[in-house]
Amino acid sequence: MHLVYPAVLSALLFCTGLYGVLARRNAILVLMSVELMLNAVNLNLVAFDVWLSKAARETLHSGQALTLFTIAIAAAEIGIGLAIVLAVHRNRGTSDIDRLRDAAEGPGDGSDDSDGSDSAAATAPGAEKAEATA
Amino acid sequence: MTLAAAHPGFLSPTGVEIAFLLVGLATFGAALVTVTTKQLVHAALWLVVTLGGLAVEYLLLTAEFIAWVQVLIYVGSVVVLLLFGLMLTKAPIGRSPDADSGNRWAALVVAVAAAAALVWVVVDAFRTTWIDLDGAAAGSTAVTGASLFQNWVLPFEALSVLLLAALVGAIVLSRKAKADAAAPQVPEAPGEQAAEEGAR
Repeated sequence: MHLVYPAVLSALLFCTGLYGVLARRNAILVLMSVELMLNAVNLNLVAFDVWLSKAARETLHSGQALTLFTIAIAAAEIGIGLAIVLAVHRNRGTSDIDRLRDAAEGPGDGSDDSDGSDSAAATAPGAEKAEATA
Repeated sequence: MTLAAAHPGFLSPTGVEIAFLLVGLATFGAALVTVTTKQLVHAALWLVVTLGGLAVEYLLLTAEFIAWVQVLIYVGSVVVLLLFGLMLTKAPIGRSPDADSGNRWAALVVAVAAAAALVWVVVDAFRTTWIDLDGAAAGSTAVTGASLFQNWVLPFEALSVLLLAALVGAIVLSRKAKADAAAPQVPEAPGEQAAEEGAR
């Protein structure tokens, strides 16, 4: 099999995941797109490991070992990520990452951070949620 | 690396290549639907198709142990976790028109540019490289287990510590948030319900 096929497929999947991370608003959909990117990397690792184990007599099987490590780390990441998303949802009442702008520095409120940015951050639709959690 | 002197052309694909291409097309299409659909639960279900297609690709690359680990962990647990997350965050059933943010076109430009650059570089670099799939499987369970427990024991053990840390971290995150949010959550719960119903 040509090495181009898995390599191109993994590049395309990675860019699909990149688009999802940049374009989605729901935090769980962003996590799904991160999983797509990790899977693209896994496919690359497996394909190059299969190639090198025959072509270069590589016996460490580092690609497959690293794929297993990536899968385990992705499982840990999805657990922690969902815990964070659920905590944010419980505190703010939303999992829409476009509304979680407390750390944003807009062009207007970037200079003074005394209470101007606080009120600007609280003008988001989740204003009563922010007051409730304060 | 001995690049094949007379490498096989692209015009006479082998059966494995045809199967890989077809499954790859299905996988890529399912991934596209995953990141573009407006229905949140359908995105999770198309993700199952994508991950299952990738498992088939691993099987075609003779990495059977990775394929079954993929089915077991991704399709079995990660997607179930994602569905539980969608359920617990009260994700709307049906079409939600604000699933994509306003910078969708900028994201599309970035993704297409990255895809073009990556595909061009990869095709240019590995156009004549041939994977020899004949002979013993490169990723059977015996081979993978031997290399994992001969050469990769220390990272393997470190990984178990990482999984333990992730487990404890997830428990701490959900416990502390519950203890902190319990007092202010009670009076505002009806309003939140009403807001959710209004959003639907």
